[in-house]
Amino acid sequence: MKKILLLLVVLSAQSFSGCREHAAPVVVVNFWALGREGEVVRQLVPEFERTHPGIKVKVQQIPWSAAHEKLLTSFAGRVMPDVFQLGNTWLPEFVALKAIHPLGEQVSRSNDLPLNDFYSGIVDSNRVESGLYGIPWYVDTRVLFYRKDLLTQAGFNRPPATWEEWMDMMEHVKRLDSARYALLIPMNEWQLPVILGLQLGAHLLKDNNSRGDFESPEFRRAFRFYREIFRRELAPALAESQIANLYQEFANSYFSMFITGPWNIGEFRHRLPAWLQERWATAPMPAPIAGIAGLSLAGGASLALSAASKNKAEAWQWIEFLSRSEQQAAFYRLSGDLPVRRSAWQDEILAADDKAAAFREQLEAVVSLPRIPEWERIASRLVIALERAIREGASDDEVLSELDRDVDLILEKRRWLLEHRP
Amino acid sequence: MTRVSARFAWCKRRFGAGFWFALPALSLIALFFFVPVLTALALSFTDFDIYVLGDFSTLRFVGFGNYIRIMHDPLFWLALRNTFYFVLIGGSLSVVFSLAVALLVNHGLVRARGLFRTLLFLPVVTTLVAVAVVWRYLYHQRYGAFNWLLEQFGMDPIDWLGDIHWAMPAIILMAVWKNFGFNMIIFIAGLQSIPERLYEAARLDGAGSWAQFRYITLPLLFPTFLFVGVITMIGYFQLFAEPYLMTQGGPSNHTLSLGLLMFNEGFRWWNMGYASALAFVLFIIILMVTLIQAGVGKIVRTRP
Amino acid sequence: MNLKKLFAGIAVHAALVVVAFFATGPLLWMLSASLMPDMEATRMPPRLWPETINPAHYLRLFSQLNLLRYMGNSFILAIAVTVLSLLFNSLAGYAFAKLHFAGRTAIFRGLMAAMVIPGQVAMLPLFLMLREMGLVNTYLGVIVPGMASIFGIFLIRQYARSIPDALLDAARIDGACEWRIYWSLVLPLCRPILVTMAVFSFMGSWNDFMWPLIILTDDSLYTLPVALASLMGEHAQDVELMMAGAVITLLPVMLVFLSLQRFYIQGLILGSLKG
Repeated sequence: MKKILLLLVVLSAQSFSGCREHAAPVVVVNFWALGREGEVVRQLVPEFERTHPGIKVKVQQIPWSAAHEKLLTSFAGRVMPDVFQLGNTWLPEFVALKAIHPLGEQVSRSNDLPLNDFYSGIVDSNRVESGLYGIPWYVDTRVLFYRKDLLTQAGFNRPPATWEEWMDMMEHVKRLDSARYALLIPMNEWQLPVILGLQLGAHLLKDNNSRGDFESPEFRRAFRFYREIFRRELAPALAESQIANLYQEFANSYFSMFITGPWNIGEFRHRLPAWLQERWATAPMPAPIAGIAGLSLAGGASLALSAASKNKAEAWQWIEFLSRSEQQAAFYRLSGDLPVRRSAWQDEILAADDKAAAFREQLEAVVSLPRIPEWERIASRLVIALERAIREGASDDEVLSELDRDVDLILEKRRWLLEHRP
Repeated sequence: MTRVSARFAWCKRRFGAGFWFALPALSLIALFFFVPVLTALALSFTDFDIYVLGDFSTLRFVGFGNYIRIMHDPLFWLALRNTFYFVLIGGSLSVVFSLAVALLVNHGLVRARGLFRTLLFLPVVTTLVAVAVVWRYLYHQRYGAFNWLLEQFGMDPIDWLGDIHWAMPAIILMAVWKNFGFNMIIFIAGLQSIPERLYEAARLDGAGSWAQFRYITLPLLFPTFLFVGVITMIGYFQLFAEPYLMTQGGPSNHTLSLGLLMFNEGFRWWNMGYASALAFVLFIIILMVTLIQAGVGKIVRTRP
Repeated sequence: MNLKKLFAGIAVHAALVVVAFFATGPLLWMLSASLMPDMEATRMPPRLWPETINPAHYLRLFSQLNLLRYMGNSFILAIAVTVLSLLFNSLAGYAFAKLHFAGRTAIFRGLMAAMVIPGQVAMLPLFLMLREMGLVNTYLGVIVPGMASIFGIFLIRQYARSIPDALLDAARIDGACEWRIYWSLVLPLCRPILVTMAVFSFMGSWNDFMWPLIILTDDSLYTLPVALASLMGEHAQDVELMMAGAVITLLPVMLVFLSLQRFYIQGLILGSLKG
């Protein structure tokens, strides 16, 4: 009996050491990517797995429309993935939830992540309360996409540089055919009025971001400009869900200008007919007055490491991998998303891409939104205010004071926390 | 029987097989329905929100604070108005239409009754998500089949899901389409339970179809009518999936229902305290309307 | 007299045909659009029939977009819920109908009253509760809330009440234990209502959207409705593809209904007449 036991112990000890030699445990890193990036990033995985044996990456794609909800739900349900992509405006929210692990230490220890190679405005938007919580993955800012041929038809051979020029050009384009529109701004998007406000120097929130400031004179002016576009019927009052196929509409000249982000460079190339490819271009945002750069949003997506991840070391390696300059360039080639590292912009294809040039210029003139957890809610209230103004004809005063009231209510807990737990 | 076995028999009667048989289902319902409902009640008195999810110590007890906030929230009143619009107009339309179709299907002269019944019931069986996807395209302003039909009749196209006046009717139309078969079946059952001899007697007395309908069908159908009314109303008050899938509550929150508002507050913004309070307000409204309907029913029934 | 009847007959049939077209029209368009090539469905004027039958979208759904997996999930969950709820609800329904236990009437009345409470009230705390149990993002998390339903107990109780007591007593005298009586005597007698319940359960679970949407985050676990909604988020521009997805989502449950419609409708009637 004892002999058998001894034999068993020896055998198992043997197999244990054998185990360690032959089969290292494989760590699976769960990664959630949003939108089209989710489809595309899968192609970068084989290279990572090749250079990092023992780590496997499992990519799950989530549509943008449900992303915010899904991320929060997974946090609440305690089933967050190891690494996830998120819009950088959501970072403060997730930091308040203590859902993300700060990455400052990893970055300083890493050889591949010199922060000064990143566009500073973008890195800034990833800092919350003096900690770095996300690594920017790609940049997103909004610029003007337009139909060169329609502008030429209207008598203009360059894109607008000021608001005045812009309004003028839109009027002229509309006169070409009154059944069409000049600009498409989906009614459920808050980005344009916010950009216009930021260009004028509006702060959107005041008192350490604890009260609404949408009634400030700067924002009022921006709001008036935004309304004027609809009042003159230069843009259709439609929500995104009502436009079945915006690419078809752009090709049909239903609208000739569109303010959107870099992902549409790829989509436009992919979905617009061949004869249209030479006829559209991009340009930086027009500014309120001549001589200054028109500001735009410091958007983009970041990669974050879940605080509850059990594989933080391996997850960090995936983040680091995606942030390498070569991978950024490779990602650009696959997705059309613009890299956040200046060195990656020297990639030959990107450097030659005339449609991306406007973004390169714009990225030097971007500004962040208020970095508080309640921003998404505030943005959704802003959309309600916009709809009330445009669809129902409510007055500026009414809509903006209501918005400030709503925002104050939303921020009530933040004020309480600031008072009681500084 | 001796006293011991008598007690045993009593025990067996009260906690015997019946108890054990019912236990699994009852425990499941208690655990996964009643306990959450009570928890929701408790939550509604707190300010459970996203900060609390991250740090439980930021939870505050606010008493009736959430309920007071609901009373002052313009979105709540808007959602209430929209929901009532849906229940009153959509509900009545649905019930009346189902009754009309039931009368048609039940008509003495109909052939292939089973086939019609099946076809008309088909929408009830469909998955709402799939149906919403289809109807979103049917309602498209430029390419949708409905506007094409309108044009054939010489009318202007309607911005179904974008016009604040037409969005709720669009939702109502889809909801009626999806549900009328259900009520139709119940009405058919009710109609068939009215004895034929009553109609024969009436015909012998010289009563025409309309008189037969007014004096025999309607009164005898009243209990069924009430039943259909109550279940339709309860179901329609909980309107959520249709606006969620088709309009996200738009345009301008004109299709925001109480159910959708609750979902947004609860699962999008994680204001669980506020959302729970909303849920209870919805429940109280449904309860009151049900009681009113039952009361009215009783009064009507006891009239000569 | 005969002419009047003829007119009435034609009118009724015509009206029924119009209503039937209204009921099935959208579904037919869905089927038709799913077979059209890209962008044909949004052409003006809209086409009612595809020029050529084009199964490309179906192929794409199954090969690239993983629809088979979602279909499998839906089937597994629907069958699990159906089997479990049949078991638990029939046990309880029979007990409420024929067996006596402490507080039977009071509890039943309480359950009936509780049917007025909207399910959405329970959803948030239920989510938190399942989180504590570690059941978020699992099959069990979807199944568990649907395993017993008040409506199911109600239906079965109504039906079981019609079983003659004498039959049950005779079995007891013969020495059968309660479980045997339930399994070998009551269940077979209740077969019609059980089929109805099974159809209700299967359809309810298959079509359920809100709860799986909330509780499942891993896309490999998605059910068809959730997957379809998610697809809509990404591919709203691809009308024909979405229609194909809708067809696939609808087909199984419609087939179940069509083959068992007699029972389903019977059950509805039963539930309503006694209600």
